[in-house]
Amino acid sequence: MSAPELIDPKPRIRSGRTRRKAERWSWMFMRLSGLVLVLLIFTHLTVNLVLGEGVSQIDFAFVAGKWADWWWQVADFLMLLLAMLHGGNGMRLLINDYAHSKAWRSALMGVLHLSMVVVIVLGSLVIWTFDPCPVDADMSLLPSFCEDVLQ
Amino acid sequence: MTATADATTPAGEVPSFEVTLRIRRMNPEGTSDHAAGEEYWEEFKIQAHATDRVLDALHKVKWDLDGSLAFRRSCAHGVCGSDAMRINARNRLACKTLLKDLNPAKPILIEPIKGLPVEKDLIVDMEPFFASYREIMPFLMTDGPAPERERLQTPAERERFEDTTKCIMCAACTSACPVFWTDGQFFGPQAIVGAHRFIFDSRDEGQWDRLEILNDKAGVWKCRTAFNCTEACPRGIEVTKAISEVKKALNTGEI
Repeated sequence: MSAPELIDPKPRIRSGRTRRKAERWSWMFMRLSGLVLVLLIFTHLTVNLVLGEGVSQIDFAFVAGKWADWWWQVADFLMLLLAMLHGGNGMRLLINDYAHSKAWRSALMGVLHLSMVVVIVLGSLVIWTFDPCPVDADMSLLPSFCEDVLQ
Repeated sequence: MTATADATTPAGEVPSFEVTLRIRRMNPEGTSDHAAGEEYWEEFKIQAHATDRVLDALHKVKWDLDGSLAFRRSCAHGVCGSDAMRINARNRLACKTLLKDLNPAKPILIEPIKGLPVEKDLIVDMEPFFASYREIMPFLMTDGPAPERERLQTPAERERFEDTTKCIMCAACTSACPVFWTDGQFFGPQAIVGAHRFIFDSRDEGQWDRLEILNDKAGVWKCRTAFNCTEACPRGIEVTKAISEVKKALNTGEI
């Protein structure tokens, strides 16, 4: 009596993707960016809402004062970028899970990517091209150092 | 086993009680009351003992009340893995679940496991589940000539994958996984457990073939560590831990 001959398993056709490490990097990115975001967001919340006069201190002058410091510009830009990429990647995974038809998938992916690009570009513009002392503005609304700049 | 309780209960006999089973049913050919393929709930009241399991209750229904009820079972002792079902919204083996542990005062809900196509009543098509298992190549892969005697390994090497050898392929974990429910693309916890059993076996040399398969879009990275699988496993396998060990091997390149 002889055992039936074993046939090699068929080659996989589950996903014909060539970017074989993409999902691993996506997984790693989510963990690392999540860690950094926790630090950034809690610093942000503490500085804006807890220290000083709390929420009532936030006005144009407060924001302008923060962004006069390059460190805050970098921190806020990093927070914007990581939050959008982290959230966007999470949404991508959700769409992969729940949007089954091709039309729905590409529509949702399109909206997702477009919104990510728009928010990142607009946010970066605000952070990096911010003018703390616009000409012709009410002096009482501006940070104190503008008096030297505008006069 | 099916002694009925009567007025003169002898001393020492296990107490009996009435229990209601609410079973999710589906007949692909239809019945006089229900269209073909329609899913509906049906209730059965039976007399049960404190020692009875859900499987005994299902037997009573099938043998005494409604012979058309369809469910799988084979060994009836928690080894074959045939009778995984969703009992009171949790995946369990019907043969390992005592009725008295389920609050018999309320109706006991019994449904087929989720995420796999129902064929009839509590029987689902297991083929997608087995297909995932086949894909990870669940057999010993070695290079070179076979040794004259058995392939030896130390107790410590054996201990490395001891936990995942306990799998009985009942599909309780895979059909409890919320990611598996969504699109059926995910390998599911069981296939990863099956791969883990060979990846961490010192005698096997196909680790990287299997890891490469699990590195796929539908592989381990779809796992969101919901822990449903670990909770559902009737063999107590730490499924989520096994999946994390596979992820770690992929991330570090070390086994």
